[in-house]
Amino acid sequence: MRNIWTIAKREYDHYFISPIAYVVAFMILLTIGIIFAINLYYYIQNAFQSFGSTPDVTPITGAFGFLLVLSIPALTMRLLADEARMGTLELLLTAPVRDFELVAGKWLGGLLFILSILAVTLIYPILLNGIVIGNFTIIPQLVTPGIDRQLMFSSYLGVILAAASFLALGVGISAVFTNQIAAFFVTLSTFVFLWWLIGFPANVLQGTSGEVFRYLSMQTHFYEAFNSGRIYLTDIIYFVSLIALGLFTGTTAVEIRRWS
Amino acid sequence: MIQVNGLTKDYGARRAIDNLSFDAEQGEIVGFLGPNGAGKTTTMRILTGYMPPTDGTAIVAGYDIVEESLEVRKRVGYLPETVPLYDDMTAVEYLKFMAELRRIPNADDRAFETLEMVNLAERANSYIGNFSKGMRQRVGLAQALIHRPEVIILDEPTIGLDPAQVVEIRNVIREIGKDRTVLLSTHILSEAQQICDRVLIINKGKIVAEDTPENLQSRLAGSQRVLLHVRGETDDLSAKVSKVKGVRDVETKDDGSVEFEFSAGQAVRPQVAKAVIQAGFDLLEMRPIGLSLEEIFLELTRENTGGKKAS
Repeated sequence: MRNIWTIAKREYDHYFISPIAYVVAFMILLTIGIIFAINLYYYIQNAFQSFGSTPDVTPITGAFGFLLVLSIPALTMRLLADEARMGTLELLLTAPVRDFELVAGKWLGGLLFILSILAVTLIYPILLNGIVIGNFTIIPQLVTPGIDRQLMFSSYLGVILAAASFLALGVGISAVFTNQIAAFFVTLSTFVFLWWLIGFPANVLQGTSGEVFRYLSMQTHFYEAFNSGRIYLTDIIYFVSLIALGLFTGTTAVEIRRWS
Repeated sequence: MIQVNGLTKDYGARRAIDNLSFDAEQGEIVGFLGPNGAGKTTTMRILTGYMPPTDGTAIVAGYDIVEESLEVRKRVGYLPETVPLYDDMTAVEYLKFMAELRRIPNADDRAFETLEMVNLAERANSYIGNFSKGMRQRVGLAQALIHRPEVIILDEPTIGLDPAQVVEIRNVIREIGKDRTVLLSTHILSEAQQICDRVLIINKGKIVAEDTPENLQSRLAGSQRVLLHVRGETDDLSAKVSKVKGVRDVETKDDGSVEFEFSAGQAVRPQVAKAVIQAGFDLLEMRPIGLSLEEIFLELTRENTGGKKAS
């Protein structure tokens, strides 16, 4: 476990000197910021009417989930492909580190980086909710008595699980390919498939087969469950299975690399 | 410390190393000498736990390389041919990272100590990306020494360095090899001669000879070749040299110098010198021409096909 942490720490530090990571962080935060501003405008408009939408975090977390599809391939493409190219994979594979620890460390480092970006978006719920401690209002509340915190918790949990799954798959694919660009495109196509394409048969097919496709689509678990305030075991199992699949693929790919 | 027994590795249909067996004791520096593609790197990768062998076994630092790979990796320091460095880290950050992976307490102190061993302490906080080739090689070596391993495996540690850097790296290796087992590969014979206690010559995945560098050379140098350079007219120089007893194979070069051969152990050179001077030539130079690695290989392969067993 300590090895996983050592590798994750180095990976996390590496993101902060990598231009791609800054571009990704910038893109995500800019998009989220614009979406927040637009939503805020509508909230204010609606506030003057007797009925209207209540402000909540789901537009932010929903957009974040979609942005993960586009940004995570750029973050994971170099994880193992680059080590192989630079020859440092030989260093890690001859150090007393298990193949799984190496793959899991890379994954954890990426997850910590995404969580750092996600942490920045917490400023939006804070702006919506305000900060009130006892009788002191530090930041005034936009809505009384504040936003739905359970919904906020479940949607952020959804983003974390989706990010963890995407990263695991990305690390796995990066371990298979020596070429970063190949890793990037295969990862991106896998995500597009999981996020959008697999959902189409679900709308067409009837009965059990439709249900199967429905379960495989990540949007089902992301938007219809976590991002709507519902936390079910089946959705958690879905994401955990994807994480396991990604890390298993990565570990196996590294092992295969030793043999060839 | 290292016991290799019948090690074999196939890459698809190609056999990279073929039934390799050898030993290395503690405090011994063993040189692995061979041309490119001979199987040196493959052997080293197997011994360091990077890849498993197709067949055969090896015990390194008391542990089986396949069954107890992690235990072996804890006790072996390895410098691969492509020095594995992270350009975005400083030398000390890199070594600290390796020290942490190897669970060394006080990783910071150890990183600095190790940089001192390779004379790089003053550049500890510089980025590896800005280092010269020689400095990179030294950081790589420091990485292999960070956990003070019992066995050190170095793949071409002096390749691509300038002569001053080569001497420096060799000194470091000699120093660390005093109480550890060092296995290093090279294709430079003189390097093997200078630092190794024992040399294994490997060709096409097989050990073709194994001996001390001195024995190896004298065995191979059954005859010695000498270059002779004189001032002035050299027309009948080769004729004069040929008359000396023991001299054979006399050859005049385009620049007027003369090369000849004699059987090792015979005192032919003083006779030749006398003859040259008596004939009225001004003797400028007379020096032995060593056998190059290529010649040694040719020699060895010839020995093998001749049915005589080398080693």
